Amino acid sequence: MTFPILSVIVFTPIAAGMLILLMPAQRKNEVRVTALAAATFALLLSIWVYFTYDSSAAGYQFQETHNWLPALGIGYHVGVDGMSTPLVLLTGVVMFTGVLISWGIEDRPREFFAFLFILASGVFGVFVALDLFQLFFFYEIAVFPMFLLIAIWGWVVTREYAAMKLTLYLFIGSVVSLVGALAMYWIAYQNTGVLSFDMLHLEQAGFSDQFQIIWFLPVFLGFAVLGGIWPFHNWSPDGHVAAPTAVSMFHAGVLMKLGAFAALRVGIMLLPQGAQFWSPLIMAFAAIAVVYGAFIAFMQDDMKYMIGFSSVSHMGLVMLGLSTLNKTGLTGAGVQMFSHGIMTALFFAVTGMIYDRAHTRQISELGGMAKIMPFAAVGFIIGGLVSMGMPAFSGFVAEFPIFMGVWEVQPWVAIIASISIVITAAYIMRNIRDVFFRPMPENLEGHITDVNVLDKVAIVTVCVLMIAIGLVPSLMVPMVQTGVENILRLLGGA
Amino acid sequence: MSYTPIMFFSILPEILLLVLGLLILVVEPFWKGESRRNAGWLTAGGLFAIIAVSLFAGRPGGPATLFGGMLRYDWLGFFFKMMFIFGAAVTAMFMMDHETLGKRGESYLLLIAATLGMNLMAASADLIMLYLAIETTSIPLYVLAGFMLSDERSTEAGFKYLLYGALTSAIMLYGFSLLFGFAGTTNIYELGSMAVTGQLSLGVALGLVILIVVGLGFKVSIVPFHFWAPDVYTGAPTPVAGFLSTASKAAGFAVLTRLFLVAFPSIAYDWASILAVLAAITMTLGNLVALKQSNIKRMLAYSSVAHAGYAMIGVVAVTELGVTSLVFYLLAYILTNLAAFGIVMAFGRITGSDEIKDYAGMSRRSPGLAIAMLVAFLSLAGMPPFGGFVAKVFVFAAAVQVNMVWLAVVGILNSIVGLYYYLTVLKVVYLYRMEGEDEEAHPIPLTRPYAISLVVLTIGILLLGTLFAPWFGLSGAAALNLF
Repeated sequence: MTFPILSVIVFTPIAAGMLILLMPAQRKNEVRVTALAAATFALLLSIWVYFTYDSSAAGYQFQETHNWLPALGIGYHVGVDGMSTPLVLLTGVVMFTGVLISWGIEDRPREFFAFLFILASGVFGVFVALDLFQLFFFYEIAVFPMFLLIAIWGWVVTREYAAMKLTLYLFIGSVVSLVGALAMYWIAYQNTGVLSFDMLHLEQAGFSDQFQIIWFLPVFLGFAVLGGIWPFHNWSPDGHVAAPTAVSMFHAGVLMKLGAFAALRVGIMLLPQGAQFWSPLIMAFAAIAVVYGAFIAFMQDDMKYMIGFSSVSHMGLVMLGLSTLNKTGLTGAGVQMFSHGIMTALFFAVTGMIYDRAHTRQISELGGMAKIMPFAAVGFIIGGLVSMGMPAFSGFVAEFPIFMGVWEVQPWVAIIASISIVITAAYIMRNIRDVFFRPMPENLEGHITDVNVLDKVAIVTVCVLMIAIGLVPSLMVPMVQTGVENILRLLGGA
Repeated sequence: MSYTPIMFFSILPEILLLVLGLLILVVEPFWKGESRRNAGWLTAGGLFAIIAVSLFAGRPGGPATLFGGMLRYDWLGFFFKMMFIFGAAVTAMFMMDHETLGKRGESYLLLIAATLGMNLMAASADLIMLYLAIETTSIPLYVLAGFMLSDERSTEAGFKYLLYGALTSAIMLYGFSLLFGFAGTTNIYELGSMAVTGQLSLGVALGLVILIVVGLGFKVSIVPFHFWAPDVYTGAPTPVAGFLSTASKAAGFAVLTRLFLVAFPSIAYDWASILAVLAAITMTLGNLVALKQSNIKRMLAYSSVAHAGYAMIGVVAVTELGVTSLVFYLLAYILTNLAAFGIVMAFGRITGSDEIKDYAGMSRRSPGLAIAMLVAFLSLAGMPPFGGFVAKVFVFAAAVQVNMVWLAVVGILNSIVGLYYYLTVLKVVYLYRMEGEDEEAHPIPLTRPYAISLVVLTIGILLLGTLFAPWFGLSGAAALNLF
């Protein structure tokens, strides 16, 4: 029997969370150290998975199967392919940096880390799930801690509103998908005579074209709500803004990928004919999100709202890549999920550091940060370059193929969507100039201190990844391509 | 009718319940003062012992009809009996520290008597037996609901419960008597075969079904027979309200499934359609009204109405999976709702309030109790990894299987509404502060019975939500007896 590495990754956070809950509330430092140890352990394991994944063999690896409820064909089946491996690594990175950034939380850190880790387990669980029931199980586990994390530790002004809005949006989306999943389950039973939620089985169930066309939209959009797809993106910027820093990082960095990933895995891969039928509509939604999100981001004065809408725009690019249904576009979408994940986590981390010190996030009220926190400034600039899609950074490796893929299908959509690159450059540059390089306003003079060592470790970790992938795309692209080939096989191409 | 050993084993739990009740009557006068609450330990311990003995010696083999066709001895009845006894045991622990119920031996005796009646309800195979069992259950519960004589609201609750109960059971009894008049038999299993062979006209049968739904609808509190629930739950002592909303409701479902599936299989489509519509209305109304409540017991009352609607989905599917999911749903619901009422009880005991706004700051006053509440409420809302999630998925799957996608969609929309108000309460618990923000100065100490039972229930909810295969297997064994 081999080491069940994926299960260990999935259950490490939740086990650590339970352990933390059992500790006395006033032992805050022990709680933090335990959290950091668990996060480091999970990160190391996910790095291990990433580098031992055999791209030449492709397919699902590190698989484990256990019976859960054989009578209904519910199983515990995990495995990763070229699409999900980078996302597991991403979750590990965000969890690790999230713990570092949240070191200073003084209000009930025990509950904070416990809920954050339950969330992390849910996220890992979805990325490795190969059983549809299991996927929903972990998906919901990833949703509800968000409510508490935002409502309790969030920004006082909007936290209640945002937490409830976010939870209801996501819950509605997921339960709509759940009905579709149950329909698939029974139709697959009629077609094959086997009761099973296993997605590898459902892929082969031979759903009729009509069935696929009816159910694709509810299933895909239900998940895509979490991916921030226009016109269901409304919860997302509010949620980002209200959430505490680490939760914003998780939320924009990982959770939105969860939505896109589940939409891909369940929507596109199980209902490929439906995907082909509806792909123009998805592409239209995505293109609107890309451009519209960028424009709205440009108009914001609050840094977190700006990043929140920029996430909508960048996740629109992921959806755009998915909607092409061709190799170039899908590969770009896969890399973009990772690239945007670490980039936006970095943005929120730096914004959190600034807010903690200046007590404002209004771009117009900030300035001169580069002198006092050069580390954070460099990090933000690198993130900005990624966001703009500059060559030599991971953003380019991701966005260029997406636009190429769209060009193959609908050249004019690519042209419209590319407007966003210019706008993104504009708001990122403006933000860097105003916040970091213009003279510091007098009322902030003397109150601002540099970031601490833990923050620096977090920033360096993320920046190294972004540059590494930008300079050596072969670290990630071939792996994602193996996952894409599997999708194309289901789509009947390749 | 000659005696056979199986007859003894078929009513083993009931015999033991009777013995336990008498034991309490005898022992109770010897305890004085504070130690009189020990009757609760005796009751709870005795009930758990009964579960253990029954599981060891009283497990049914193949289904058998005993006592001249009065009782059915099968897994369906047995599984429900164990649920009732478990519910009663937990309720006994909750009762111990109640100011009026705790030190009175009668309250425990009444609890056991009601449980005895429920056991017979789940096992009845004959309309007369069924009616007697229902009354045996109801009368002790009327008394328990009005137990706090000096409290006007409790008296009102007891009286209201009695009036509604008497009225609806009279209508049901009328239905039973007509049924006997048309069919010439009171045996449920004979009725089933007569309906199949056409000796019982289907139109008549459908009319009678509606009369019977009135009586049973009252028990399980589906709309429009739910009016009593909020008032009674609010006024009755909290542990009794918890018992009413769990074991008593499950008993109603036990009767409903057996009676309708066995006696009226040939018109299953018709009564299932009626009940499906009622289920949809029940869920929607229960959840929407729960939204507006400011008293947590009233909110839980409406939420329990809504849950009757979800559970009903399992009945109206009229399939093996449907009944399995119903039994599983009830199991998860009993654990969860008992926990919810236990928390309300533990909290109300110290603070003297059931208003939701007074729960502000609870997570700081008692982190453990707050976690238990988080688990219970999220399970009620249908979130994994708790029992409520799996249970909901099963009933929705049962609905989709028989092409009732509309009902599953109604259920799902409702669970969104449900999530909203459960989260609202959790928000108060975790986010808001007490006036003065000195929560540490106002802790909520838990006495031992609450601590033990809440830990047991929380673990149970988690087990049902994660390692659900064995429980599903047992539920399936119970459901199999009807098909």
